Amino acid sequence: MSTIPKTPPLVEQLKGGLDAPICLTWELTYACNLACVHCLSSSGRRDPKELTTAEAKDLVDQLAALQVFYVNIGGGEPMLRKDFFEIVEHSVTNGVGVKFSTNGTYLDRAAAERLVELPYLDVQISLDGMTPEVNDAVRGEGSHAKAIEAMGHLRDVGFEDFKISIVCTRHNVDQLDEFKALADDHGAQLRITRLRPSGRGVDSYHDLRLTNPQQRQVFHWILDHPDVLTGDSFFHLNALTTETGGPNLPGLNMCGAGRVVCLIDPIGDVYACPFVIHDEFLAGNVRDAGGFAGVWRESTLFTELREPTSAGACASCGSYDACQGGCMATKFFTGLPLDGPDPDCIHGHADEALAAVTAGSAPRPSQDHSRPGAAVPVALTRKR
Amino acid sequence: MAFDPADRYRLSPRVGLRPEPFGALAYHYDTRRLVFLKSNDLVALVRSLERHDSAAAAIDAVVDPATGRRSAYVTALASLCESGVVEPLLEPAA
Repeated sequence: MSTIPKTPPLVEQLKGGLDAPICLTWELTYACNLACVHCLSSSGRRDPKELTTAEAKDLVDQLAALQVFYVNIGGGEPMLRKDFFEIVEHSVTNGVGVKFSTNGTYLDRAAAERLVELPYLDVQISLDGMTPEVNDAVRGEGSHAKAIEAMGHLRDVGFEDFKISIVCTRHNVDQLDEFKALADDHGAQLRITRLRPSGRGVDSYHDLRLTNPQQRQVFHWILDHPDVLTGDSFFHLNALTTETGGPNLPGLNMCGAGRVVCLIDPIGDVYACPFVIHDEFLAGNVRDAGGFAGVWRESTLFTELREPTSAGACASCGSYDACQGGCMATKFFTGLPLDGPDPDCIHGHADEALAAVTAGSAPRPSQDHSRPGAAVPVALTRKR
Repeated sequence: MAFDPADRYRLSPRVGLRPEPFGALAYHYDTRRLVFLKSNDLVALVRSLERHDSAAAAIDAVVDPATGRRSAYVTALASLCESGVVEPLLEPAA
């Protein structure tokens, strides 16, 4: 980082938006063989309006022209697209690096051998429990075994530094050290992220979310493990620094929605972030006349998100500068006002408001591609 | 390798530089690290490095010595060298 004086703090500038996103998530398909209970995109069935191969490649060309250096590809299960490798290869050979998330089901030895040959490609395997009991209760029967198998293939072909990505829940939070050991064993890097009440997560969030003591545990664990990636997703926990007097979690301490990040869904709809697939946060579509750049630069929604935000009910809290009021998506889907505390506010400032939200009144995702009857119930009992 | 203003440097060909209102975003395709260049002057300096016989000469070409910001640019370039955004260039300037 440079230290040239006379410019406003970088974070303040980033809040005003960039010419193109730093970090863009692109979900290739709503099709998925699994039916995870916390799926952000309520995936299951392919959408007939999904981008064609030609449209997907054109989108890559647009991103290359905007100098979007890399995209996070997800889904659904992106490897279910028959043109998956064609799109990925088109991307990495045109200067747009790819990190793609997969549940590992289709990552066999042959796929691993093909992936390890590609430059600028990173793979992220999702896993939500060290044991089949904990993992499969969330991700579905057999999914633990498939993920572990895929990791083995990547290790065997010498794919270095692939990512193992965990959504922290109250059931797996005590396994963080074991996840870390698993990653080390595979020459992989561990990534842990925050659970969001988005997609099917609206129904599982309250059963899976971390308790207050567990959130504190995660905060300290992250500080103790600086080599673990977090996608900057736990920044609401920086409110703890007013108690600890210690450092913030590493990363950009701000909500990047529509400012430095966004989501392109399988049908080309552009949302403010991967956690707000809802009409209220829909900025436009890449099939619109101005393409992706037109949406990013000119949409009313993104323009509004780049304006200075009010601290609202958090204004009187001494932690606001540290936590920024938390995650917009999490507040939205739990029925809380966007200018108040995050439901996981470490000081408990949202507890009363959260309890007062009438059952069934919080917003639901605007679309649902779940396969009928496929969602797995969370069988684990609540801890604590 | 430690940064030495007397040596010649260039923007690494493995780095993409994207202009932004605050300066530029630099992305290193090998390390996958993003680095922020927080002023337009610094961006101009980084782009000009390989046209000069030394980093110091490049700095002198963009900085007015009277403003006293020279050391800030040396620090900035040293940091960019450490992250691989700029790298030593062995051949002399044409």
